[in-house]
Amino acid sequence: MSDFEIKDLRASVEGKEILKGVTLAIDKGEVHAVMGPNGSGKSTLSHTLMGHPGYTVDGGEVIFKGQNVLALEPDERARLGMFLAFQYPVVVPGISMTNFLRTALNAKRGYDGKDKSKQISPKEFRSMLKGELEVLHMDDSFLPRYINDGFSGGEKKRAEILQMAMLKPEIAILDETDSGLDIDSIKFVAEAVNRMRGPELGVLIITHYTRVLEFIKPDFVHVLVDGRFVLSGGPEIATRLEKTGYSEWAEADEPAVLKAEEAS
Amino acid sequence: MATVPKVEVGTDYKEKYGFFVPEEYIFKAKRGLNPEIVKEISFMKKEPEWMLKMRLRSLEIFRKKPMPTWGADLSVIDFENIFYYLKASDKQSTTWEDLPPDIKKTYDRLGVPEAERKFLAGVSAQYESEVVYHSLHEELSKKGVIFTDTDSALRDHPELFKEYFGTVIPPADNKFAALNTAVWSGGSFIYVPKGVRVDIPLQAYFRINAENMGQFERTLIICDEGSFVHYIEGCTAPIYTTDSLHSAVVEIIVKKDARCRYTTIQNWSTNVFNLVTKRALAYKDATMEWVDGNLGSQITMKYPSVYLMEPGAKGDVLSVAFAGKGQHQDAGGKMIHVAPNTTSTITSKSISKGGGRTSYRGHIKMYPGANNSKSFVKCDALLLDDESRSDTYPYNDVDAENVTLGHEATVSKVSDEQLFYLMSRGITRSEAETMIVNGFIEPFTKELPLEYAVELNRLIQLEMEGSVG
Repeated sequence: MSDFEIKDLRASVEGKEILKGVTLAIDKGEVHAVMGPNGSGKSTLSHTLMGHPGYTVDGGEVIFKGQNVLALEPDERARLGMFLAFQYPVVVPGISMTNFLRTALNAKRGYDGKDKSKQISPKEFRSMLKGELEVLHMDDSFLPRYINDGFSGGEKKRAEILQMAMLKPEIAILDETDSGLDIDSIKFVAEAVNRMRGPELGVLIITHYTRVLEFIKPDFVHVLVDGRFVLSGGPEIATRLEKTGYSEWAEADEPAVLKAEEAS
Repeated sequence: MATVPKVEVGTDYKEKYGFFVPEEYIFKAKRGLNPEIVKEISFMKKEPEWMLKMRLRSLEIFRKKPMPTWGADLSVIDFENIFYYLKASDKQSTTWEDLPPDIKKTYDRLGVPEAERKFLAGVSAQYESEVVYHSLHEELSKKGVIFTDTDSALRDHPELFKEYFGTVIPPADNKFAALNTAVWSGGSFIYVPKGVRVDIPLQAYFRINAENMGQFERTLIICDEGSFVHYIEGCTAPIYTTDSLHSAVVEIIVKKDARCRYTTIQNWSTNVFNLVTKRALAYKDATMEWVDGNLGSQITMKYPSVYLMEPGAKGDVLSVAFAGKGQHQDAGGKMIHVAPNTTSTITSKSISKGGGRTSYRGHIKMYPGANNSKSFVKCDALLLDDESRSDTYPYNDVDAENVTLGHEATVSKVSDEQLFYLMSRGITRSEAETMIVNGFIEPFTKELPLEYAVELNRLIQLEMEGSVG
């Protein structure tokens, strides 16, 4: 029994079947990469795992700490130890990042406004935040700003990684964390994730491109095509994809010229 | 944004504000409205003849004016079932200890004495019809600042009083201004002399305790040239099954180069009809700012206004309204540009939940000659569910030249994406909704002194938990 088990997960969006039976077991300490072309179901996988209301689960289960998390609300999944680093972090005006981080941390600690002993003290919070910023080599300039409001692409992804560092999940899903980032930002995010890697954390990296995997070396790579894994194995799969792209699984009507470009 | 400590949400409005203490009154007028009641009020207050005449004339105006039908539905108000005057204490105290025990207990529970100790320069506490407690920092009275209840002002400062009373909002202005002028009692009177800056806020707290009570306070603020004052009012009432009426009139005169900020955090229980007329006159290079937070009440109709009388005058309205189940908040603002080179802004934020209804109603008027004036109106509505409703009624009349008039309105829902994002960090749905709402009104909250910002966020949290009323 692995720490986090996805069993025959099937999901749809607006009545359209996207995930057609995904099975994957992740143990803490491992880094898994799920790779796939556009439309293969990558973001459906990440959203369904975290419980986005726009995705309907049609079957299967996801077992984490003895529970089928598919029956839980997103906040319950998070408090259980799951984390999703968003491809497109959402703007929430009027709430500072600091306030957000503190509220999230308190929620994680089970503080519901009543039992003050569970609340993080201002001092403890400040020192924890300072520590994580140091480890991540980040400055604190965006903390007084509203959640993701006016953040550059790179800032948004850094803020996601900071949240992950503060909340210390046991299973982290990184959804296209590398998309839209320049090479320096990718390196930065990768280094941060590498620092967090360890026996207490299982990571699922979802990505279209192999580039991020040059910096975060996965233990396992799974290729998702049309809602199913078509290939699973070690890091050598990423190397193979780098050369051939997804062309071998491409549907017949996909223009060949695109395939060539993608492979180059 | 102010750091908001988490509060215990289980304690609802009833416990925090909605409690009541036994009615023990020095004097309680009979229910209903007639010339005898008006005479009785004036007699109790030992008023000069001119005031009695003005009251009786105003009652006539009230009788003649039809009920306004353009806004919220007011047909449900039974004016004959209201107590128009209630006196709970025979004297005004200057220490909390001197108050009758039940009244002292009430203000203790509301935290008013504590607030006074911490961050206020003066406090007035009105209980039913009369101001029962009053204080002002000594150095301010030495500088000539007057902060007293309006009845005392009529007695102690008759000339100043008569010069301004009823000049900004005459009795015939509207039906409820007439009603207030007929039966007014209590309220604050403030005079800030030339060049005096009152840097710490003055506060009045209005409390209704009795059932079917009508509270008709009358406030008059005069900011002389180059002065500054920040006045804050708070209001609460117990929860009763039958209705109470609150109908205040607030008149403000802001002279050359002066600035006045008037902040309201109104939190009536949902059996209160709140029909208030607030208006200010701003003279050369003067600034008037209304910061108006409307929570609670069954119906609120309130449109703070500024008449920009001389060049360089500036008017601001920043308002927030929250309407829950069974509530209608019809609020907004009016900016009347009389002189050239005047500027105004109205920023209105409303939140509707559980079938509640908010309306923005605004009027921008630019008279001929108010050339080169600017006005900008922004209304944002947030709907928390499909049953709730928000409407916008902007009226613009421009007869001046070379003016700029901007209007922006948005209606949005709490988005699934925002909720999912916050919840994915372990934050519960209800807390995430509260965060989004508090974020939405943050442009308002950040204008409040820290303690009030905290209080407002807490009130929003209570409303969001659905424990109110």
